[in-house]
Amino acid sequence: MNFQTDTSLHREVEAFLFREARLQDTHQYDAWEQLWTEDAIYWVPANGLDGDPDQVMSVIYDNRSRIGIRIAQLNTGRRHTQEPRSNLVRIVSNVEIVSVEGDEMSVHSNSLVYEDSLRGETIWACRNEFRLRRAEDGLRMVKKKVGLVNNHKPINTLSFLI
Amino acid sequence: MSKGQEIDYQSLVEPARIHSSLYHDQQVFQDEMERIWYRTWVYVGHESEVPRRNDFVTKSIGPTPVLLVRDRNDELRLLLNKCTHRGNQICAAAKGNQATFTCPYHAWTFSNTGEVTGLAFPEGYRNDQTDKQSLNLSSVPRMANYRGFIFGSFAEDGPSLEEHLGGAKASLDQLVENSPTGEIEISTGFLQHKTHANWKFMLENETDGYHPGFVHSSVFQVTNSKIGALYGPKSTALARDFGNGHTEIDLRPEFRRRDTPMSWFGTTADRLPEYTAAMQAMHGAEKARQIMVDGTPHIMIFPNLFIAEIQMFVLQPLSANLTVQHVTALQFKGAPDINRRLRQQTMGSVGPAGFLLADDTEMYERNQQAAEIRQPEWLTLTRGLQREKQDENGFRVGHVTDEVPQRGIWKHYLKQMAV
Repeated sequence: MNFQTDTSLHREVEAFLFREARLQDTHQYDAWEQLWTEDAIYWVPANGLDGDPDQVMSVIYDNRSRIGIRIAQLNTGRRHTQEPRSNLVRIVSNVEIVSVEGDEMSVHSNSLVYEDSLRGETIWACRNEFRLRRAEDGLRMVKKKVGLVNNHKPINTLSFLI
Repeated sequence: MSKGQEIDYQSLVEPARIHSSLYHDQQVFQDEMERIWYRTWVYVGHESEVPRRNDFVTKSIGPTPVLLVRDRNDELRLLLNKCTHRGNQICAAAKGNQATFTCPYHAWTFSNTGEVTGLAFPEGYRNDQTDKQSLNLSSVPRMANYRGFIFGSFAEDGPSLEEHLGGAKASLDQLVENSPTGEIEISTGFLQHKTHANWKFMLENETDGYHPGFVHSSVFQVTNSKIGALYGPKSTALARDFGNGHTEIDLRPEFRRRDTPMSWFGTTADRLPEYTAAMQAMHGAEKARQIMVDGTPHIMIFPNLFIAEIQMFVLQPLSANLTVQHVTALQFKGAPDINRRLRQQTMGSVGPAGFLLADDTEMYERNQQAAEIRQPEWLTLTRGLQREKQDENGFRVGHVTDEVPQRGIWKHYLKQMAV
């Protein structure tokens, strides 16, 4: 069966993305961290979507070790910008499986995140690109690229998990 | 202080306490624009941002956009992005390379030297109406370049840039010395952090050595960082007031005590072999070692340029309660191994998601929300008054956690603001 018409694969991928979204919205940091592979990259570009993150500034460009630091900092209880934590709801949609190669696949989605914090309310609009890998007990994220559509302009503090 | 009345700044700024209204009052903000931002020297950009002929990049002086241009004759210019016909923007791009700018509204065309070169349908103008000079683009009246750092001033006359920088020149010299070619490059794009707070909360905090142990304890803990100790009660580091509003945290006493090259950067020289070899070739082994022990400066150049060891911040005030922090990694020309780490550490620590700056910015924004609470009206800057002294160059210094820099900033602020 073609992967683009494989509804069970599509359902599995959607379920994974919805779970990831829920873990982020509900600040379940450790469970979210478990979704990553050891060779992970978590990337939120700045100034467009096509820059080379090894050459230019990104809002976030974390390898696996730095994802761990990000989570550990949130877990200290002294990450002031997330104490109190943002109240979040995100809608994930437009899920497309773009390609499948062996045990890995590329997946695109859109997300719209509503953030309520001490500062006020912010809406974040994102084009997401995932590289997912099949592990024994389900899918894992090898790469997540979050393309904020307004990333060429000044943006608010972004301290929750996007 | 109702609108229209002159504000008496002498009554709002005392040597060691500050009136809260200075952070939220819109008339204060308007006065600051006229008396500081559109009068004194303000950092605009770096010459490396426009390396080739006809390059341009959009920068700013306060809320005003400014085009930093390397024109067709290889001259740097600060042009104002406003057509001399009907005032439309002549350029909507953040950066690019072009020799002329054509206004999209009525197609008036200007050379990147600022000269008007073409009016559409010229037969509609009498010859004496097209006096070319008066139709040229406006530019920032004064521009000056100190070691690649380009400043502009909207005042036709006033102190020279070097007079304005004064003692702060030494810190920029120190920075440039850390590059094995003697050149800094600003080449990796800026993060733009929207900050719902008054610009002076940032200006003051950049050289506040009292806060890191509290605001940043989370990241110091999870990374086993040695930075926290630099700002502890037993630190030998200093806080310094250079005058003219320029202030710094001088960490060299601590780094000299450690006496380990590149300790300032949290690494060792042997992990940066290309950089170390290039520094030794440039300076000789002994001087290179001293530079690499001392590291780069931590200096806030009034009112908007902050060099924070590994990165540069440019503060852009937009209103009394809105500021953009533009931030990018410093890059040393000809040193790819250290540049990679400078980029990585900058991305981790600053910007909207940074381990450090997201928390600093949280403090700025809460400060702003609290500024309008009626009591206490006055904010205190007395820390270290009893142990402040003069250094060998005549600058006021105190313990790294003391409020020497903030008192210096406000002293200069009052000088600019009092009519």
